[in-house]
Amino acid sequence: MTRNKFEFESNYRLLESKLAELRDLSVTLNCDFSNEIAKVEKRIAELKAERYRHLTPWEQVLMSRDLERPMTRDFVELLCTDFVEMHGDRLYGDDPAIVGGIAVFEGRVVTVIGHQKGKDTKENIVHNFGMPRPEGYRKAFRLLKQAEKFSRPVITFINTPGADPGVGAEERGEAWAISQLLLGLSQLQVPVISVITGEGGSGGALALTVADRILMFSNAVFSVASPETCASILLRDVKRADEMAAALKLNAVSLKDMGIIDEIIEEPVMEPLLSSQSFTQSLRYSLKKHLDEICGTEIPDLLEMRYQRLRKIGRFHEIQ
Amino acid sequence: MFKPSFKPKKTYIDLSAVKKTPVTFDTREGNFPCPACSVWLSEAEKIQNNDFCPRCGYHFAVGALERIYGVCDENSFTELDAGLSSLNPLDFPDYADKLAKAREETILMEAVVTGTAAIGGHNVAIGAMDGRFMMGSMGSVVGEKICRAIERAAEQSLPFIIFCCSGGARMQEGMLSLMQMAKTSAAVGRLHAAGSLYISILTHPTTGGVTASFASLADVIIGEPGALIGFTGPRVIEQTTGQKLPPGFQRAEFLLEHGMLDLIQPRLEMRSLLVRLLNVHQGGNHDQK
Repeated sequence: MTRNKFEFESNYRLLESKLAELRDLSVTLNCDFSNEIAKVEKRIAELKAERYRHLTPWEQVLMSRDLERPMTRDFVELLCTDFVEMHGDRLYGDDPAIVGGIAVFEGRVVTVIGHQKGKDTKENIVHNFGMPRPEGYRKAFRLLKQAEKFSRPVITFINTPGADPGVGAEERGEAWAISQLLLGLSQLQVPVISVITGEGGSGGALALTVADRILMFSNAVFSVASPETCASILLRDVKRADEMAAALKLNAVSLKDMGIIDEIIEEPVMEPLLSSQSFTQSLRYSLKKHLDEICGTEIPDLLEMRYQRLRKIGRFHEIQ
Repeated sequence: MFKPSFKPKKTYIDLSAVKKTPVTFDTREGNFPCPACSVWLSEAEKIQNNDFCPRCGYHFAVGALERIYGVCDENSFTELDAGLSSLNPLDFPDYADKLAKAREETILMEAVVTGTAAIGGHNVAIGAMDGRFMMGSMGSVVGEKICRAIERAAEQSLPFIIFCCSGGARMQEGMLSLMQMAKTSAAVGRLHAAGSLYISILTHPTTGGVTASFASLADVIIGEPGALIGFTGPRVIEQTTGQKLPPGFQRAEFLLEHGMLDLIQPRLEMRSLLVRLLNVHQGGNHDQK
């Protein structure tokens, strides 16, 4: 992560530029400050890392949306071999906002399905900014049924602002397509594991997150609605989205407390996710560990656990 | 009886009569305009006309209990799980106040009422959402009550009937609300596996997380005339796409045309339709011997 993403970075940048001045000065005056400079450099890096480790919920929202984050295809390339992508819902079209296919992960044939954003505006237009249309959800449904037929476990990667909010999506039954997935996944006769890798936006993300295990990256978010939407509806002021981001408890730590996710995968600090070996290793290790566990469970037991896992979510008061 | 010698004309709604009724602007205190045709009405006129606009037939919103009493056999409804009430699990700002206000205004504990009843002599599990209670939004309690009603229907081999009316998931309970979509959908899966008939009636408005979960998963999906039904609300679509929405967009008639509903049924004829459906399904469970 090298770009200037957050306001607080400019402070560190200021420190760094002052340090550069000192370095120049030491050359001009011909005196050796290299020890001191190295010390300060180290200190700045430490401070910056420390700050990155304590991002506010709103900063995590921005982080989760970063287009430099790897998407489904990157994860497949990193973790799997022999990937064959499958297209189309057999009803209307193919949705580039969701990619899916079969691949081999740690010696096991799996079905992989996930959201796909573009890396830049041009690509994003192709991928509709990762916002699936009904075709995408129906393609996913088709691939899930295919996985069931061949007893293949399923891995889903979640990173979407939400389902496409367009006229066409409504005309072709966005709600119907999502509800079919929610029901279909809850009864799917193969193990399912979900990884929330970036932005988990509302129902459009949930549609692929009904699973036996849910893993989540430490700077990913999962929210009932975007903080901007909440701010504009509840506070009538989009600019107060940061307040809503905190109130919605949408980060990995909060969601683990609520029992919605199972494991947090720590992201590296100030380093692109896929260049960090410790990160990619822990992702691979966690996926394999959970997959081994759920693949070793009898399907009826697995489905009962999947049901109970959802069934117990919710907090309320009851008087008899 | 007089038999016409000619083929009787198909009966359509007589629009000419509607147009002849003048628009009145009786703006006395307590009167309000019909949202569809702007005629001014008093509460008494509205009640007299069964919560329809006397001029254009607009279906005014009604509460959950009115809906249930409107279709069930007399004195057959027993409310269940009435003791469930919402907490403020995220300590969300203003949520507690909003809940208190909604409870006071609607005299309900939550946005859905569930229980058992009889319709045309058939025992059913039934529920109705109330749009006046925080826009019928689905939080932990709404999800839990609907789930329990569905599970009860599956266990006791009863048909399940629900009147939907909701703005979607309740933002103030964050992800706990969103997960109710998955929870209720999974419960519907069990209902289908148990062979129970499931009828969902989409009333004005049914949007967001409710449309994208249990509401759309029924065997028979019925819309009320003119009801707004969709996933993304029209205002958000307009704002994000900048497109002007076509007339009638996301109304029940539009959805019927696009293949999302089985039929549209006016409110006054809802009970007779439900009785007919329950009759042909022999009480709504094909496993029944």
